[in-house]
Amino acid sequence: MQHFRIAIALLAVWASTQLTFAADTQGENSENEFDPMEMIMHHIADSHEWHVISYNSDGEEKHITLPLPIILIDEGLHIFMSSAFHHGEELVEKGNKYYKLYHGKIYETDAEGTINYGEHHEVLNDKPIDLSITRNVASMWLSIIIIIWMFTAAARKYKGAPSAPKGIQSFLEPLILFVRDDIAYAQIDKHKADRFMPFLLTLFFFIWVNNLIGLVPFFPGGSNLTGNISLTMVLAIITFLVTNFSGTKSYWGHIFWMPGVPVPIRLLLSVIEFIGLFTKPFALMIRLLANITAGHIIILSLFSLIFVMKSVAIAPVSLLMALMMFMLELLVAVLQAYIFTLLSALFIGMAVHDEEH
Amino acid sequence: MGLLTPDPGLVFWSALTFSLLVFILKRYAWKPILHAVKSREETIEYALAAAEKAKAEVEDLNATKVQIMNDAKAERDTLIKQARELKQSMLDDAKNKAQNEADKIIESARVQIEREKNEAILQLKEKVAEFSVDIAGKLLEEELQSTDKQKAIIDKYLQEVNFN
Repeated sequence: MQHFRIAIALLAVWASTQLTFAADTQGENSENEFDPMEMIMHHIADSHEWHVISYNSDGEEKHITLPLPIILIDEGLHIFMSSAFHHGEELVEKGNKYYKLYHGKIYETDAEGTINYGEHHEVLNDKPIDLSITRNVASMWLSIIIIIWMFTAAARKYKGAPSAPKGIQSFLEPLILFVRDDIAYAQIDKHKADRFMPFLLTLFFFIWVNNLIGLVPFFPGGSNLTGNISLTMVLAIITFLVTNFSGTKSYWGHIFWMPGVPVPIRLLLSVIEFIGLFTKPFALMIRLLANITAGHIIILSLFSLIFVMKSVAIAPVSLLMALMMFMLELLVAVLQAYIFTLLSALFIGMAVHDEEH
Repeated sequence: MGLLTPDPGLVFWSALTFSLLVFILKRYAWKPILHAVKSREETIEYALAAAEKAKAEVEDLNATKVQIMNDAKAERDTLIKQARELKQSMLDDAKNKAQNEADKIIESARVQIEREKNEAILQLKEKVAEFSVDIAGKLLEEELQSTDKQKAIIDKYLQEVNFN
């Protein structure tokens, strides 16, 4: 019951921050229409500032945001804080160029800040190379601080003579052993698995912790890092590289010259297997992205319902359904971390396996 | 399509961050943890095996103990039995010996008595003869009519006297 109350309280806080967001975008777009699409997209996309909370003061929207560093490479390195944009209202002049923050992206503009659109309403302005510390990057750094703190704290307890696990150690050890025994040892030949343990363990806990941070409904959580294609792509590429750089002769043999089948089929299979090399990490990338983003979208949609219906009566329904989704998302958070790690281990296991004929 | 367009900045930072995280955790967390867990597993396995061995040894020891005790009991029983038999035979022996000795002593006593009795009888006979002669002499002296007939009668009477 205690937990239930806490969950409701958290949801309420989150709802309030998200919905002031909604009210905010409402003001920007059209006069009175609430656009759930706009609000949701804004939430799940990356951002150059870290929104903490918004509130109404004398009929005026006030935002409390944490400014984040902007790092641009455009004929030299430009570093400044995102607060210089004033939430996109002002241009920033660096060198002899003007930069404008427009829908979360930074564009090069003229002195008036004109944005040119193409046929399909796409922005035609040049974009500088943007290595800014965005909300997702900051969130990621928060996650690695948490992860490093947890695991080095646990690791310290292993010093000295072997003893029964205590404290944080007894919480983390079963998880570590789960990854080792049920993911790595189950998929990779045991004598070869130890080499991949650091990667698989890091992958599992990195995805899981970031999924959970994404579910925290208020500052400093709520960023959609693991639902961002940039991150899932990086993780998938790393899995791809690790897999293929540790591939054995037999692995490559099975890809390009499948033993035991007629030559025409070998040719066909080699094409299929070659495509398979890339579809595997591609599926990893899309699966994580889609699952996490979908969860965020569903929960946000449920809350938007209140404003689309313009009725407080719908709020309990929204709240209850969102709560159920939340529980589900907690499961999905660990499930997706598990699946990503399991499949990575599976691919690695296939690559390092020595075929006995 | 913004959702499906990778952002170079985030790609750069996440690749860097993740690699760094793998490196840091590998050095400061995974290696010590996995190593400690493995060595602990080995310790536990070793301890279990040792306990199993000790248990078997204790069982062996118990069996030996029971064996020794049974042996001792059996030996005790035989010893007691032997002792009992020995006692019996010694008693019997002693009894027999005593009986024999007693028999012998009685026998020799009887022989002695017989001999002495015979001797005594013999002596008595002689004495009686002497007395008879003396008596006869005296009779003769008295009667002065000593005849052979009378002596013969005396002898006859003496013969008839049975001392037994």
